Amino acid sequence: MKEILLIIIGSALVNNVVLSQFLGLCPFLGVSKKTETSAGMGAAVLFVITLACIATSLIYTYIMIPLNISYLQTIVFILVIAALVQFVEMFLKKNMVSLYESLGVYLPLITTNCAVLGTALTNVQKEYTFLQSVANGVGISVGFLIAIVMLAGVREKIEGNDIPYSFQGTPIVLITSGLMAIAFFGFSGLI
Amino acid sequence: MNNCTERLHNGIIKENPTFVLMLGMCPTLAVTTSAMNGLGMGLSTTVVLLFSNMLISALRKIIPDRVRIPAYIVIVATLVTIVQLLLQAYVPSIYSALGIYIPLIVVNCIILGRAESYASKNSVLPSTFDGIGMGLGFTLGLTCIGIFRELLGAGSFFGMQIIPEEYNIAIFVLAPGAFFVLAMLTALQNKFKAPSATNGSVQQSKLACGGNCAKCSGSSCMANHEVLETRKRQAEEAALAKKKAALAAKEAGLKAATEKKEQ
Repeated sequence: MKEILLIIIGSALVNNVVLSQFLGLCPFLGVSKKTETSAGMGAAVLFVITLACIATSLIYTYIMIPLNISYLQTIVFILVIAALVQFVEMFLKKNMVSLYESLGVYLPLITTNCAVLGTALTNVQKEYTFLQSVANGVGISVGFLIAIVMLAGVREKIEGNDIPYSFQGTPIVLITSGLMAIAFFGFSGLI
Repeated sequence: MNNCTERLHNGIIKENPTFVLMLGMCPTLAVTTSAMNGLGMGLSTTVVLLFSNMLISALRKIIPDRVRIPAYIVIVATLVTIVQLLLQAYVPSIYSALGIYIPLIVVNCIILGRAESYASKNSVLPSTFDGIGMGLGFTLGLTCIGIFRELLGAGSFFGMQIIPEEYNIAIFVLAPGAFFVLAMLTALQNKFKAPSATNGSVQQSKLACGGNCAKCSGSSCMANHEVLETRKRQAEEAALAKKKAALAAKEAGLKAATEKKEQ
């Protein structure tokens, strides 16, 4: 139990997926204009990464290792993730309309998000068990959620500020993320 | 042959993926802690891009339009696996330094972007040269950023110590430094009004997402989907407006008729 908790904290705060691993940077910079939409994106990522971790971990341990084809992991994982997202979208549309309405817009955007594939590959690389992989997935996506909601909050605040011409737009967002990355260094002594 | 050199020039200078199109930001920030890592990542991506463009353009008439994205992903993932195994066997130092970012070349938007916007529409030779040009442009970008960060952060140039250790600014080789370097780069582009995707002065690419990674939230096909959705909505709105206009005309006609009767 303690080990699981350490994995979650480690991947959510210490090795934050965006701010120290640089995965999922495109939605981090692109969908962080408003807190609400960024929270929606974060929730969808949480949902997809957790499901993808469950699926890829099961496929890896019970199909790929017995058949000795673990070198095919990149191809198998990307296809499994893409198919999974499509399937989840169809399932939600049919059976849980309210959830689909709040997450649906973001779901297809995540298919080729590098954070999802990155998480699945990290789980294999670190030889996590099933439970540990799921914990790692939850931790990573919670870290993403924290980072994107924080950035959106800051961006809402600096909206009306008088920013020098050269720094308007992308540069100020990148500087904000850099300062957030420094702040997240503070967690590195946690584990 | 002229066309081929034009593709090279286009990839390396005119539409440089790192400095102008701002594509593939994840590896750009993550692996440029040293010039050598940047060069290794750039060359690996170049190899994948070269062969994926070649194969996709050779198969462009065979792949059905509806399943083209999954087909491209399978081709790219196969090539990435080959490159990964080769690196592991022959350059283990680069392999361990780049780690998880090698398999993640699969989801690099430069590769799918080039496949979708160039290789699927042009013949094999120009597509191959397009791949080489774009790959070399990406390599150039990553190596430049890598040299800059390594020089400031570790005081060395491709591993050779130049600046003594006490003058190093260690933050530049750490994670925040990557954000700061990129922020300065985009700020300079704004300042000198250089062509760049981040200040909107570059001609939008043929992709629906405009090839802008900062505005892209995942996949190019999804952006295309979005465009289609908005078009559908616009069509619906137009139909609704037409109906309303017809209704209003009818009502006006009725009103006129009743007024006539009253008179």
